[in-house]
Amino acid sequence: MSLQVTKHGDIVIIDVDGQLIVGNRQELKQRVLDEAEGGARRILIDFAKTAYIDSSGLGVLVSLAKRLRELGGDLRLANLNDDLQTLFELTKLDSLFQIADTRERALESF
Amino acid sequence: MASNAALDIRIPSDVQQIEGIVAQVVHRCREHRFNGRQLTLNVPVALTEALSNAILRGNGDDMAKHVRVRAEVSEIRLVLEVEDEGNGFDLDACTSDPTTPENLERETGRGLFLMRSLMDQVERFRGDGNIVRLTLIRR
Repeated sequence: MSLQVTKHGDIVIIDVDGQLIVGNRQELKQRVLDEAEGGARRILIDFAKTAYIDSSGLGVLVSLAKRLRELGGDLRLANLNDDLQTLFELTKLDSLFQIADTRERALESF
Repeated sequence: MASNAALDIRIPSDVQQIEGIVAQVVHRCREHRFNGRQLTLNVPVALTEALSNAILRGNGDDMAKHVRVRAEVSEIRLVLEVEDEGNGFDLDACTSDPTTPENLERETGRGLFLMRSLMDQVERFRGDGNIVRLTLIRR
């Protein structure tokens, strides 16, 4: 997995390339926490290049969403493929996150 | 599961091994014409969960310990066995419902739930070590 970080105004966009699983979840967690530490409050994670996420990856997203909320910020997600959408529906995490089907819609939603 | 297993590998307890094992099993399932969703969702996620459970919980993230993975794939089904050196666990007692309001925002507790949601059968028993067996019917 690799991460690419860009900015759109004050929104930090993190592109995840590869699977988000137990072996690399801390990398994403630390990156988002570093951005939050640096003052970012609106963060979008784009999963256009992610095939699947395991339970530990889902757990990290839950944890990050809580942390951003505590800071008065917001973590949103975009571009879940059908498999990822199924995972979020199975675990009902689709009710916890604001999920957009495109990056543009996600950016507009903030 | 014994001599005719398509895959029988013993790996060190290291989560970095997971993606390689998953790729090998998915490759064998593709050869047996499992459907697209099974190849991209059911098999990789359920096997990742079983392996991470074995490595992190069963073997306590101890690199000196090993996990054995056996996969038997046919036109009918995939049977996976993941064996660790731990003492095992009660499958039912350890499977909570992560979708309830009180559990929804927990960081952990979705692994066994996902395994059971994505596989046709999940069993646990004792062999030489603690074994979790996952069965998926080809559709």
